[in-house]
Amino acid sequence: MTPVLDIRGLSKGFTMHHLGQGFTAFDDISFTVDAGDFVLLKGTNGAGKSTLLRTLYRSYLPQAGEVIFQSAQGEIDLACAADIDITYLRQTEIGFVTQFLVARPRVSAEALVAEPLRLAGVAHHEALETARHWLKTFGVKENLWPAYPTTFSGGEQQKVNLARALIRPHKLLLLDEPTASLDANARAALVQRLADLKAQGTAMIGVFHHPGDVEYLIDRVIDLTPDALVQEERQDVAV
Amino acid sequence: MTLTLHAPRIVKTAPLVQVHGVSKSYGPVVALREVAAKVYPGEVLGIVGESGSGKSTLLRMMNLEETPDAGSYTLDLPDVEGNLFDLNRFARRILCATQIGIVYQNPHLGLLMNHSSSGNVAERLLVAGERRFAVLREKAKEALAASEFPLERLDAPPIELSGGMQQRVQLAKAIALAPALLLLDEPTTGLDVSVQALVLDTLKRLQRDRKITMVIVSHDLGVIRTLADRVMVMRRGEVVEAGLVDQIFQDPQHAYTQQLVHAKL
Repeated sequence: MTPVLDIRGLSKGFTMHHLGQGFTAFDDISFTVDAGDFVLLKGTNGAGKSTLLRTLYRSYLPQAGEVIFQSAQGEIDLACAADIDITYLRQTEIGFVTQFLVARPRVSAEALVAEPLRLAGVAHHEALETARHWLKTFGVKENLWPAYPTTFSGGEQQKVNLARALIRPHKLLLLDEPTASLDANARAALVQRLADLKAQGTAMIGVFHHPGDVEYLIDRVIDLTPDALVQEERQDVAV
Repeated sequence: MTLTLHAPRIVKTAPLVQVHGVSKSYGPVVALREVAAKVYPGEVLGIVGESGSGKSTLLRMMNLEETPDAGSYTLDLPDVEGNLFDLNRFARRILCATQIGIVYQNPHLGLLMNHSSSGNVAERLLVAGERRFAVLREKAKEALAASEFPLERLDAPPIELSGGMQQRVQLAKAIALAPALLLLDEPTTGLDVSVQALVLDTLKRLQRDRKITMVIVSHDLGVIRTLADRVMVMRRGEVVEAGLVDQIFQDPQHAYTQQLVHAKL
């Protein structure tokens, strides 16, 4: 079976012009991810875990290598795909989950959560119903649904963000510490949602501060610590 | 050093807007140098840069208010062919009225301040050939409602309205004929923060519900971050960098863009 994602020799570094210097975030990374696979990225702080996720999502421009993605529209190299193709894939097949909500002024929590469905063409009422379902699942209190999340606490904002990011299934999901600072109930709801998506065939790559939260979902671990790029089998992992 | 991006492979639709090799000088001052841009249908392109970077000049050219010294501009629309800079004044006027809407930072540029708000919007429809009074009024009302203008103030002249309301009248006028392209020149600059949020929200909703292609010029990076899918960074009349909005903000490549992004509060 062709993997959903085939990463070959991917490298990323940054140039900071005002300091006149650059540094390498990661170099020559290669691994594959199959449908329904859950890959955990590990490594010391600064090993490039989040940078790798952002490079795959193309918030960062890669410097070398290929990222071959099997889209429903055919094979495409994410490392050098046109911006407009990346925009399309983000709206349809590739999701990114962080712990931070990008709230917009005067947009209610439920509207924000429903937005990805609205953009996908789902009718207003149906999108809103689904949004409410996920807000409830992640434990956001009902009286907050029509409120503006800009003033919510960090934890509540995070739940709204999870509901929004996970409201529709994706072929590839990138997870950047989504469980950090979540309460136990929300964490359980998140892990359940990830397990369901995994069962539906979503390929996932994640960074977790406490991998114990998602322990039973992990199929493989990639260690990004420099000079330690080895793929460990699941049973070797100490979590 | 980064990889060169491919041409689109998944998105098969042609760009709505294509600008190529546009240059313009005012005497010894170079306003635009070899500027190129593409905007796809439904996309929002943000243009950022400091005063004098040429961003507003480029927008005025897209509105066919000015002709460059060199370069081409095409819109991929039925019955619209060739380099639009070659059109005569009459053809330009019709094209602008029917396919291109614009909202200026200064409402005086876009509105007749002493005429009624509904009349300002209806004027657009008149230019396009509509003569029936009832239709004019109804369509103007619809456009004002879509811009979230309070309809009880339909007949108030813009001079009596607040800045945020004036921008809504401009917006209603711009979208009255369902144009293919909406141009926004600093549309929220100078408005109160809360009013700015409301106008941004209206624009975002229009973008989602009507899938209008937009080009927005602003020096406010927050506005660009909220609205744009893609960003073009201009400096001294040239495009220094273009990319996805999150990429430009998180991984700017050019020294000038890095300076600009880091200067944001």
